[in-house]
Amino acid sequence: MTDRYDAIVIGAGHNGLVCSALLAKAGKKVLVLEANEQVGGAAITREFADGFSVSACAHLLYQLQPKVRKELGLSPKLAGDAMQTVALSLDGQHVRYSGDTVSGVADDDVRSYRQFHRQMVRFADLLNTYLNTAPPRLGTREFSDLAKLGRLGFDLRRLGRDEMRTFLRLIGINIHDEVTERFDSPLLRGALSLDAVLGTHLGPRSPNTIMTYLYRLAGGHGRLSTPPGGMGSLAEELAQAARGAGATIRTGMPVRRIVVENGRVAGVETTGGERFDSLTVVSNADPKRTIMELVGTRHVETGFTRRINNIRMRGNAAKLHLALDGLPAIGGLAKTEFGERLVIAPDEHYVERAFNPAKYGESSPEPVIEMTFPSFRDPALATTGKHVMSCVVQYAPYELKGGWTDAARQAFIKACIDTIGRYAPDIESRIVASELLTPADIERQFHITGGHWHHGELALDQFMFVRPVCGAAQYRMPLDGLYLCGAGTHPGGGISGAAGRNAAKFILREQSA
Amino acid sequence: MSAQEVPQGRLHTPFYSRIAALDTLNAWHTWKGYTVPDALYCADTEYFAIRNSTAVFDLSPMTKYRITGPDSLVYIDRLVTRDMSKIKPGRVAYAVWCNDQGQVIDDGTIFHLREGEYRLCSQERHCAWLMDAAIGLDVSVVDETADVAALAVQGPTSFAILSRMGIEGLGELKPFGLMHVDFDGFELTVSRTGFTGDLGYELWTDPENAETLWDYLFAAGEITGIRAIGTDALELARIEAGYIMAYIDFLPAHATVRTGRTRSPLELGLDWLVDFKKPNFNGRRALAEEKRSGSTWRLVKLDIEGNKPANHAYIFADQKGKKNIGFVTSAAWSPVCKQNIALGTVRMPHGAPGSQLWVEVFYQREMHWSRVMARAEVVDKPFWFPKRRGLTPPELV
Repeated sequence: MTDRYDAIVIGAGHNGLVCSALLAKAGKKVLVLEANEQVGGAAITREFADGFSVSACAHLLYQLQPKVRKELGLSPKLAGDAMQTVALSLDGQHVRYSGDTVSGVADDDVRSYRQFHRQMVRFADLLNTYLNTAPPRLGTREFSDLAKLGRLGFDLRRLGRDEMRTFLRLIGINIHDEVTERFDSPLLRGALSLDAVLGTHLGPRSPNTIMTYLYRLAGGHGRLSTPPGGMGSLAEELAQAARGAGATIRTGMPVRRIVVENGRVAGVETTGGERFDSLTVVSNADPKRTIMELVGTRHVETGFTRRINNIRMRGNAAKLHLALDGLPAIGGLAKTEFGERLVIAPDEHYVERAFNPAKYGESSPEPVIEMTFPSFRDPALATTGKHVMSCVVQYAPYELKGGWTDAARQAFIKACIDTIGRYAPDIESRIVASELLTPADIERQFHITGGHWHHGELALDQFMFVRPVCGAAQYRMPLDGLYLCGAGTHPGGGISGAAGRNAAKFILREQSA
Repeated sequence: MSAQEVPQGRLHTPFYSRIAALDTLNAWHTWKGYTVPDALYCADTEYFAIRNSTAVFDLSPMTKYRITGPDSLVYIDRLVTRDMSKIKPGRVAYAVWCNDQGQVIDDGTIFHLREGEYRLCSQERHCAWLMDAAIGLDVSVVDETADVAALAVQGPTSFAILSRMGIEGLGELKPFGLMHVDFDGFELTVSRTGFTGDLGYELWTDPENAETLWDYLFAAGEITGIRAIGTDALELARIEAGYIMAYIDFLPAHATVRTGRTRSPLELGLDWLVDFKKPNFNGRRALAEEKRSGSTWRLVKLDIEGNKPANHAYIFADQKGKKNIGFVTSAAWSPVCKQNIALGTVRMPHGAPGSQLWVEVFYQREMHWSRVMARAEVVDKPFWFPKRRGLTPPELV
């Protein structure tokens, strides 16, 4: 069966859905092919144990771009909004922060944090302007590129001399230096370090972890929320928007290859052997998978191949889901606070030490953990009275020495539960079921190379003009008809929709020209 | 990891013992790590051996890669700009390869030794680029530079000498053809290729057979004259043939730092090697764009008045020297053409074949420098292209 579409989008991840919705809204005949049975990619809700459901990958919303909401007419209902972060302390003297306020620390730190947050938000806003548009190309003489570069320079300068210098000083350095210089509270230092390195193969002392922190703040200033029913509901809403605009979404249709004929894209072929024709193929898959596996290097040039092949994307964050027969007891934590975001990162050194083994392909014996109890605000996720715990745990290297064998998985789960157990002593007795998704599992289940959430490390050498690779940062790949719209492109990962929106805008502008 | 002995210092080619025995000048230099002679006796005499009898040049240091595997054709075809599917087993292709920006990395010859089995010969080493080009393809790329001994046997009597030496079927071998023969119990690959622009062959074999081969060759050539030559003589011959040289007439793209110092094949007069009918090859997109929007540079062959070689000369559009449009990259007085010849680079749109340019030649007489503005005509054809070069079978002279 063949059928011609204006555009075929490979993958119904949230960016793919945003992109296809915007393309369809512009009148394009769009087909979305999703390998899994569920839409959403890494933004899905699924049952991991009998009666227990959870956001299988991403579990907090903090970057969804207002422009995406507006253009797609999304009215996101939120189960939790403006959630606090509670940095857990063994003695129950937790530190809590949200927005520019922090409590549980000395007055000096309260002031410093306010100052820090406001400065970071100012820088993040500067960044945010550029997250919502295709990055300018360097070395061209085209007006749009030059104008964007000129504006970037102007915006930087407009920060004021001192602020600009601070920005330029900070953008490449590490979060560790900055938090130790600004704050006395180890808990606050640790929690902010964790914020900066979450989802990356970086420790607090790694360069450009300020940039990753700023990236986290861009979009929503770090305001945390959760949709009711988990991330899957957002994906469903996006899918409805796409369908409503006229896009066809077909699930359970893994694409085997992108068909290239006469040096240009001609369509796609699924593993089931079905062929769909389109002169425009937009891949929501990561750049490596798209080029190396779906297209094949023979259809692109060598320099480009080398760059794609060298994208750093080894995931290091695992997802741990626990089904609990009740809430655990955590000293110093009010009952209502189970709806907040809890983190285990007692100080900045703890986070760096957790990262150390990962450099050598070993998992952390004492991991850093971001925990939420989604069922607390959203009881539908678990059977009455029972609870779901959703944790991001670091570090769990994609290429674990010796591989992710059953023994390795059990050992890592134990390390996580022991670590949580120090704060919640009864946790072990409350576990009904558990599920660990290592980066290797994430790769297999969500088709992300290296199991890296961001489809490629967020770092200065893989950012803006050079994301995914230099010379191909504007969603259009050097193969006629092929575009990327996933997190591997500018601006990057997180549930933001910016990449999908930018890609759609770029494609529409290019095809109308 | 198995321990492999890595040779240290300046290396000897498999023919070194024979060359050293004939050498009288003791003038050596390094070519890709190997000891090679500038000349053995006299560069002029050696040059005339190329044009009038037979010259033997040891090209063992030439960089050689063996490319095999199921995807070898796909690999080579994507690597170079010309259509390699037309190069059947037993054929050799001159080719040029570019980076993604369509800028020349190097040129060289590709031998289709057997079905799906190729040898790529080039001036420069390209391991990193060739390995990158193999990403995602089922192909093996092995540097076999040290594993193959090679001799160029060039000149009007080369066919006669090689026939006398006992290579059967040589008469049917067309230019850019190759064949494998059993010679004195070992395999010898013979190709009708060379870097002199004349009738000539190249012989390829295992290094252990090198000296035997040399001895047979010189025995067969003794009565008509055969001469081992150094690189100086070859340099003059290749300018006469109009062959370009890396680092002299163009800079390999990987060796440049400044923008605008690289050249595309279109700018080197190699557009006949660029096949836009191929859907994909390295540099295709950039070259297609260059073809649309026009090139910046043009490589020209110059026939210059007078007899003073125009080495390092500026090229002008006018006799007064007001409009500087380029520079000479290779120049020589050609004894065989009786012409003052040069290769040069000029800015487009200058240098169309048949047009007249001016070359500013500086020359020294007894320490004092003089300058002459010499008229130069842009020529289309190689300076030296004898009929015997294309004749099959060649004449037995």
